[in-house]
Amino acid sequence: MTTPRGRTALAAQAEALGHVVPFRCLLGVLGTLLLLTWVTVGATHLDLGVWNLWLALGIAALKSSLVALYFMHLRWDSRLNAIFFVGAVLFVVLFLGLALMDSVHYRPERLPGYVPGLPQMAEARA
Amino acid sequence: MSGPAGVVRPAEVARPQRHYLNETPGLRAWLFTLDHKRIGVLYLVSLVVSFALGGVFAILLRTELWTPGPTIMSADAYNQAFTLHGAIMIFLFIIPGIPAALGNFALPLMIGARDVAFPRLNLASWWLYVLGASLAVGAIVLGGVDTGWTFYTPYSISTGTQVVLITLGAFILGFSSIFTGLNFLVTVHKLRAPGMGFFDLPLFVWALYATGLIQILATPVLGITLLLLIAERTLGIGIFDPALGGDPVLFQHFFWFYSHPAVYIMILPAMGVESELISTFSRKHIFGYKFVAFSSVAIALFGFLVWGHHMFVAGQSALASTIFSALTFSVGIPSAIKVFNWLATMYRGSIRLRTPMLYGLSFLFLFTIGGLTGLFLGALAADVHLHDTYFVVAHFHYTMMGGVVMAFLGGLHYWWPKMFGRMYDERMGRGAWLLLFLGFNLTFFTQFILGSLGMPRRYYNYLEVFRPYHRASTVGAYLMAAAFVWIAFYLLQALWRGREAPANPWGAGSFEWQTSSPPPVDNFRDLPEVRDPYDLTAWVYDDAAGGYVRREART
Repeated sequence: MTTPRGRTALAAQAEALGHVVPFRCLLGVLGTLLLLTWVTVGATHLDLGVWNLWLALGIAALKSSLVALYFMHLRWDSRLNAIFFVGAVLFVVLFLGLALMDSVHYRPERLPGYVPGLPQMAEARA
Repeated sequence: MSGPAGVVRPAEVARPQRHYLNETPGLRAWLFTLDHKRIGVLYLVSLVVSFALGGVFAILLRTELWTPGPTIMSADAYNQAFTLHGAIMIFLFIIPGIPAALGNFALPLMIGARDVAFPRLNLASWWLYVLGASLAVGAIVLGGVDTGWTFYTPYSISTGTQVVLITLGAFILGFSSIFTGLNFLVTVHKLRAPGMGFFDLPLFVWALYATGLIQILATPVLGITLLLLIAERTLGIGIFDPALGGDPVLFQHFFWFYSHPAVYIMILPAMGVESELISTFSRKHIFGYKFVAFSSVAIALFGFLVWGHHMFVAGQSALASTIFSALTFSVGIPSAIKVFNWLATMYRGSIRLRTPMLYGLSFLFLFTIGGLTGLFLGALAADVHLHDTYFVVAHFHYTMMGGVVMAFLGGLHYWWPKMFGRMYDERMGRGAWLLLFLGFNLTFFTQFILGSLGMPRRYYNYLEVFRPYHRASTVGAYLMAAAFVWIAFYLLQALWRGREAPANPWGAGSFEWQTSSPPPVDNFRDLPEVRDPYDLTAWVYDDAAGGYVRREART
């Protein structure tokens, strides 16, 4: 396997398969993900007010980055795929950002407890 | 085999004994084929069946509106008929339409590839389409759906019709669409002929590439939305249901984040077809190649920024409406770039009014009307008056039917000789086009007037004053139905009685015209040399070949 010929064969195999992540690295990422899940649950016991949400989102972002970088091999992949991935994340931000911005702005206009069509809906369900 | 400079000689592209249509006979060989051309044909047959089904509902709707009040069906049946017409036409015909049928057939040929990057995924895409369509038809058989194709909450949560089944069908159809888009993106990146750069690609390929981007980025959101709707109906989780503290406007955000880009999934491939038709039948190089190419990508990206214009009167905040209205006007820019470039291409061209070109010109005329009336609807104040009236119905049909369906028919007539190796009757083609064009405008221009007079859409009953307009619209719909039957007749007749098609009947310059009609299983005996696909001066008509050949090959 260490002969020049062996190396060529290995290189060809690696080219065909793409990058192979060492098993220990994958195990390490899995362990980190499990640990972060435990941290997410633990963080719910802390009362940080509005920052609880941001802490949970931060941990989730870290976990998804680990998945993208190591399980999806983006760390070793071509830059084009990283651009596509970041582009997709930007689209999620665009969607959630505009939808939530709108939701925040029309919320004060809603009449508390007023649900149009509720009696008819209740009848239809019955 | 090829000439010294990669010139394809007529003898090399003569109709072969064995080609993709007859290489492996039998139903099983067709249903499990991995050949992109056969999958394109399978899609074409499936799409035509769906289109016919959606068309039947359209005719029923228009017949019902012949008189105010009951004509041939009850009000509940009418609600179901317009829902099913919309859902079938959108999810089963227009969205997959051009990419799945014409794109699957033409894209690998146009870039000099033997097949798409993932042939099995391509077949899976068709099977998912069949499964999704079956669920939609199952919903019809089991009682129909009456929510409108948009499935708006809270009504879609409470109605007793088959919402879960049809949304499950649309969910599965979404995967079919994603598979096609993914396949096309990878194919364009990885399987272009040696030496073929992005700016050597035909513009139809650019359009399919931009469409693929939208299919991948937007369709998952539709999947999530429909799953949430199903969860809301079955589990009462309270995301969209106001009775449980949910927010129906949020459903509209979710729905339109997909469904507005989806209209670009529909129109972008149509614009790609248009570029091919206008250049080929004007016998001129496309004007502003890079502008047309990049405007496809610009439309794909801008299309993601305007979904809120569907919600101006739905309870959306004034801030969001103002932003979305302003952004909506921006989409007009890349669309106008295309229209002006097509016009400039035609300017001083040697225009041939063959059947595909007639559809191409119809697209240009009708889509421009559809696009410009969209600007009316994008203006906040005008939209308050026109929202949910027949004006919107007319605008939508001018872009989708006047645009996409006309381009689909143009593309079908353009690639038909390549797909099946037979020419159709040109006189019948022109006659059916004229009938369709007249019928279309009678149906939908009338609806612009109806809408601006205040006739709401989706109404079973109407005031007496609207009767003449509704009748004219219905007569137009009957004319269109007759035209479609006529088109089906002469295209099918061509399969048995049409004269054999030459390799290049129109004198186009892209790769697919440099192989036989129909192509062999592996697409090319020898790969042609990569050249400018719009340099049409290199092609001259050759009597012996019965079509166009390269100048060098003739001498």
